[in-house]
Amino acid sequence: MSMNNQGRPSGIGNVGSGFASTSGSALLPNEPLLFEIGDTEHSGVDLPDVTISGSRLGGFERKMPLDLAGLTEPEAMRHYVRLSRLNHSIDSGMYPLGSCTMKHNPRLNEKMARLPGFADIHPLQPVSTVQGALELMNQLSHWLMTLTNTAAVALTPKAGAHGELLGMMAIKAAQDAAGQSHRNIVLVPESAHGTNPATAAFLGYTVKPIPARDDGTVDVQAVKDALSPDVAAIMLTNPNTCGLFEPQVIEIAEAVHQAGAFFYCDGANFNAIMGVVRPGDLGIDAMHINLHKTFSTPHGGGGPGAGPVVLSAALAPFAPVPFVRKTADGLELVEHAEGEALGRITAFQGQMGMYVRALTYMLSHGGDGLAQAAEDAVLNANYIKARLQHAFSVPFGDYPTMHEALFDDSFLAGTGVTTLDFAKALIDEGFHPMTMYFPLVVHGAMLIEPTESESKQTLDRFCDVMEELAIDAKAGNKDRFTAAPLKAPRRRLDETRAARSPILKWERPDALPKAAE
Amino acid sequence: MRYLPHSDAERAEMLGVIGATSVEALFSAVPTRALKTFDLGLPAHSPEFLVEAHMRALSAKNHSGGDGPFFVGAGAYRHHVPASVDHLIQRSEWLTAYTPYQPEISQGTLQMLFEFQTQVAKLTGMDVANASLYDGSTGTAEAVLMARRLTRRNKIVLSGGLHPHYRDVVKAYLKDDADLECLSASPEGQGDILDHIDEQTAAIVIQTPDFYGHLRNLKTAADAAHAKGALLIVVITEIVSLGLLEAPGAYGADIVVAEGQSIGNALNFGGPYLGLMATRKEFIRQMPGRVCGETVDADGQRGFVLTLSTREQHIRREKATSNICTNSGLCALAFSIHMALLGEAGFTRLARLNHERASALADALGKVAGVELLNKTFFNEMTIRVGKPAAGVIEALAQRGILGGVPVSRLEPDDPDVTNLIVLAATELTTDADIAALCAALSEELQ
Repeated sequence: MSMNNQGRPSGIGNVGSGFASTSGSALLPNEPLLFEIGDTEHSGVDLPDVTISGSRLGGFERKMPLDLAGLTEPEAMRHYVRLSRLNHSIDSGMYPLGSCTMKHNPRLNEKMARLPGFADIHPLQPVSTVQGALELMNQLSHWLMTLTNTAAVALTPKAGAHGELLGMMAIKAAQDAAGQSHRNIVLVPESAHGTNPATAAFLGYTVKPIPARDDGTVDVQAVKDALSPDVAAIMLTNPNTCGLFEPQVIEIAEAVHQAGAFFYCDGANFNAIMGVVRPGDLGIDAMHINLHKTFSTPHGGGGPGAGPVVLSAALAPFAPVPFVRKTADGLELVEHAEGEALGRITAFQGQMGMYVRALTYMLSHGGDGLAQAAEDAVLNANYIKARLQHAFSVPFGDYPTMHEALFDDSFLAGTGVTTLDFAKALIDEGFHPMTMYFPLVVHGAMLIEPTESESKQTLDRFCDVMEELAIDAKAGNKDRFTAAPLKAPRRRLDETRAARSPILKWERPDALPKAAE
Repeated sequence: MRYLPHSDAERAEMLGVIGATSVEALFSAVPTRALKTFDLGLPAHSPEFLVEAHMRALSAKNHSGGDGPFFVGAGAYRHHVPASVDHLIQRSEWLTAYTPYQPEISQGTLQMLFEFQTQVAKLTGMDVANASLYDGSTGTAEAVLMARRLTRRNKIVLSGGLHPHYRDVVKAYLKDDADLECLSASPEGQGDILDHIDEQTAAIVIQTPDFYGHLRNLKTAADAAHAKGALLIVVITEIVSLGLLEAPGAYGADIVVAEGQSIGNALNFGGPYLGLMATRKEFIRQMPGRVCGETVDADGQRGFVLTLSTREQHIRREKATSNICTNSGLCALAFSIHMALLGEAGFTRLARLNHERASALADALGKVAGVELLNKTFFNEMTIRVGKPAAGVIEALAQRGILGGVPVSRLEPDDPDVTNLIVLAATELTTDADIAALCAALSEELQ
């Protein structure tokens, strides 16, 4: 392997595999680390150098060297632009990650979030000076409650899992208040997101799994059998993670309520039904809504998100602070818990930047446009399912799918190609892979969520590629899959090595122990 | 609708391929009594210029930071963010990428996270950092839980100088927990937390600069905690302070949690913000949140992946270290770019400038009749006592167009000792004219 002048692999040339890497090419450059190109003297920010007396620092002045690399502005632009080109993104190609709702992120939302009246206001400045911000939160709340037909909404959760935590805290508080503290079991279907059992366990509940029926949905009888005076709640995703609407959801809600328990709905898949079905009509008590999925706030490489939770009338008194309340003089921010309320789950008012983007998205679509978006998302998923059902294997064919098309890996039987290999081959065709091996109830799952943002032309191209790959896998061209990706900035990465001896930060080469090789 | 690509003809064609008569048929699993049986009563779709007008009208009702003298801090700080930071984070490849689960086509995000982790580790003087949490307050709650897992002890002691909202978040996360001791607010900067450490203590939590702006002695705290087998969790709400103050790692901190908003991120009325967490190498398997690590690809080229995922909810489900899935990726990017632009030289100058501006503020406030400055030590934030309830004074200043700080009673309404206290911050954006305007207005209001 050739090495560059920093002693790192240059990435050009073949390394025994017989496949040429495309990284290191003109348009997909290898980019050194910030610490390999910057130094402690360079800076891209001009600031006056002031003299200070140390008398007010109490003797706590820094002695440990910072050793932070700096770049001038042109160097920084180039570093981060070059790095960015190593990423796939929605704007550069289809991103059909099931359960993630990778829809178009409108740029008006970004522009509005940067208005100084939203971006440059402090969470603790006088409430009289932020009436427009409180009005915005109030309007967003109105849309969320209207779309879900619920009594209240807690805006502050910072992400979906944080919303789950809040929703389950509210359920716990409600049951404590009702003298039902002994309820210590939470029912979670096997197909649930990992955050559901993690949240329930976090709050000290025992998680009791509910098996899926052969058709991928939850059996109301299985729920009834599992219900007992010790059950606090069920955490049910609807539409579920198999992309199916739970046909017995109302019966499940009734049984849960009859047993004195609450119905927490994981709203990760709300995009399939917004404006078409109101979860409040199904009997939910709490549901988080991922503004970064359904309402298009950008994922940003892993966040920030926002996970407001709508609440039924029974749970509304247990909402956390702060929240906005109308008074005769305008809007007030209730910042301290009254009565049974939960207190505070984050320092300030939650993700204002995401509220602005989400409300902008809602106003742009209108009630009619949101319903159309949900219908198009469902149409697109069913179109993919219809086009691919012969070349692929559909685990649950009984119902139309909702906004996701789910396949299992039985069509790959005997080919030597795994779901992972298949997904990596898709990278070479210019698509981001689908969600793999989730939900867990399906063997070798491939969960495809196109969203409403994809045109028919893109869906056709995607389906053509998927079909061609399936035919090629069945034809025995295993190498194309097991070697993939070949056209990405990196080939498959050694995750075992990363986990076994973790290297989690850059160290100066002279600080490292001498390598054996 | 401008965001939806299909024409009606295409929709009909696609339904034909599916073999469905209508879109409604695709919703056949929905009970009929729940399917479109309502009129939402929401407005119809709207052109860009009308939506923009609506949002601008809401924005205009707020007094923004640039509208006048500004001294509000208490956990969120108004700093200048270079124009190139916001330009870069709006590039499609950063903005519209997902969590880097497919590392081969996510090396940009992953390398950035590796650089970010390195920056956070260097700033805090710790061995390792994670790839960010929601914010400083939830990070503090996560650190407390992490300390319990590490020590297998339960008692947690929160310093009276911890931001009251952070304390409230820890209380909510540990609801009904008898092993949580919250020391009463100590605006004079004298804490007796060391007397509360015993053999059952998992961790003590100390913020520095504390909520009132005082600098706390981390060395004595670390030594006292370690003597009893407890951990020291250090909380920092103003990360710029680390340009001038010693790294918590140098004093023996075990877990450092910080709010990273000050670097790269706007005030945003409270979010999105950026939780930083760093710890000792031997504790990483109990650290919550995503972590990025270096490895090689099949060709032996250096590359980066999310790693140690056996701690996380999507693998461990109910046995995970935390339920966290989403983090603050784009805020971490903004932080990392801004920090790269500063570099050690710029970051140090920024910190010195903040302290110099705060010193000018302190000196000026000291000359205002009726104002008592409580701090002997501070970085860029301080507490004053005035002769009447602070909430009314701050409201009166706001009516004059001056955002004069935070009345402590807003956060601690039940504590009569803090009724007359105001916490004020200065940053590089604070001018001499701002300080003069504040002092003139204060002296009139306090007459």
